[in-house]
Amino acid sequence: MLRPEDIDRLCRLARLEITPAEVPDVTAKLSSIVAMVDQLKACDTTGVTPMAHPLERAQRLRPDVVTEIDRHELYQGNAPLVERDLYLVPKVIE
Amino acid sequence: MHTRTLAQLADDLRARRVSATELTRHYLGRIERFAGKLNAFITVTADQALAQAAVADRRLADGKATPLTGIPLAHKDIFCTTGVKTSCGSRMLDNFVSPYDATIVERLANAGAVMLGKTNMDEFAMGSSNETSFYGPVRNPWDLSLVPGGSSGGSAAAVAARIAAAATATDTGGSIRQPAALSGITGLKPTYGRVSRYGMIAFASSLDQAGVLTQTAEDAALLLEAMAGFDERDSTSLDDPVPRYSQLIHEPWEKLTIGVPESFFDDGLEPENAAAVRAALAELEKLGAKLKSIELKYIHLSVPAYYVVAPAEASSNLSRFDGVRFGHRAKRAAGEDLTTFYMRNRGEGFGAEVKRRILTGTYVLSAGYFDAYYLQAQKARKLISDDFARAFRDVDFVAGPTSPSPAFGIGQKTNDPIAMYLNDVYTIGANLAGLPAISIPCGFVRNLPVGLHLVAPPLAEARLLKVAHHFQRATDWHARVPTSYA
Repeated sequence: MLRPEDIDRLCRLARLEITPAEVPDVTAKLSSIVAMVDQLKACDTTGVTPMAHPLERAQRLRPDVVTEIDRHELYQGNAPLVERDLYLVPKVIE
Repeated sequence: MHTRTLAQLADDLRARRVSATELTRHYLGRIERFAGKLNAFITVTADQALAQAAVADRRLADGKATPLTGIPLAHKDIFCTTGVKTSCGSRMLDNFVSPYDATIVERLANAGAVMLGKTNMDEFAMGSSNETSFYGPVRNPWDLSLVPGGSSGGSAAAVAARIAAAATATDTGGSIRQPAALSGITGLKPTYGRVSRYGMIAFASSLDQAGVLTQTAEDAALLLEAMAGFDERDSTSLDDPVPRYSQLIHEPWEKLTIGVPESFFDDGLEPENAAAVRAALAELEKLGAKLKSIELKYIHLSVPAYYVVAPAEASSNLSRFDGVRFGHRAKRAAGEDLTTFYMRNRGEGFGAEVKRRILTGTYVLSAGYFDAYYLQAQKARKLISDDFARAFRDVDFVAGPTSPSPAFGIGQKTNDPIAMYLNDVYTIGANLAGLPAISIPCGFVRNLPVGLHLVAPPLAEARLLKVAHHFQRATDWHARVPTSYA
């Protein structure tokens, strides 16, 4: 059973805001999902190798050579706020 | 024209019985008539389509055409399309115009296909009913009060209503096959790595695959031939050569054995659906297939394993949507710092189901829970994959129902995530194991379509399409069109 404090922590970790009004429903639904996936615990997986993906291959590598062209103007066409080719965000004060 | 299959239209175009321009105008007209009611499209690219059709007509006249030249199709709005809005069904990307084409979009365009527009879908491909889209639910052409299935609901509805000759789609847990079943059409998910994921907005990278929704297996073969193959821009792309699927499906029927997991036919499956699927299996027997009862010992773990792995991968993939370089950014608020800035952008940009999945993923990956959930799910995945590998030593295909029930009501399952997730119970295994799988129409229940599901070993698409094609030559379920759209 998840509690609102758990949801709060997960929201911070995921950088995702949910409103106070949404918290009870999200808590309830996430709890039911966790209860469902808890079925996995009953399975004996001793000695089983975890499977990350279906391919029996290693990561393909390529030569360490620059191949990309500078298209930042095109890509920054979708940016919410750009100045002198820099993306503007709220100040980060440490 | 619109009741002709893609293969037949390709013939018509080649024989110049119809021009690409006429055909495109015809479909654009149907989209104008029906797309609003169905809500199948997010963006219609009429001008672009007509320009592409004109180019196609020149190619056809010059004898430089491929079988797909001039064919009007739709792309699921998860594929990046240059200069065209690409929303992934989300407010987060409502303002995003893609600066590049996905590989499959590029390959189909090079083959001369015409893009009618971008289809509606569950937000970020998360859903089994096309009800989570920021742009509203898609309606099933067989009954407008029902869902078409999801997440590729728009593509499925468009093909079922014959307002596109075919459509591209994606499948992570069943998002091509389940809508195919609920909408009465053919849906193919290829082997993981067979089709490039470059330019396909990522949901769960180890599960996602691009595929097609079509009227027939023959049509799927024609599209897959053009889409499949190595792409150096996708590091999970397979370099195995692409067979001539469209030729191979016409080869004679071979002796085959179809494995049927009896555990699928339990109370979770509606009796009438079960009957339709059994009748389809009997039909395959009549065609010469041998049926064999098999056991997939760990298949009951598919849904729990998937709903750990997929949200975990999604929580990572969707972390790029932060409102900095593209996508939704909330209005400035006083005293905001970077953390609250991210939280508000993402809180506003994502819908409820997406947020739930990100939070679930964050939970199962967090310290203290990683071993019990994520690692455990990866081990369950291995067990399920091994089950299939073992089965394929004795049988050529694994068959079953695609979906536990026919199409259900819009709003019926939206408040119960688990009930919604259980729609994927038969399809998820193929994603976990990376296997090719198809759903083909096999009957009707209360005037609603039912799908037969077939899974094959890795890279066995040619055999899969062939058996589906032979079934479709012996039956006509796939040729049925909902009354208002005939």
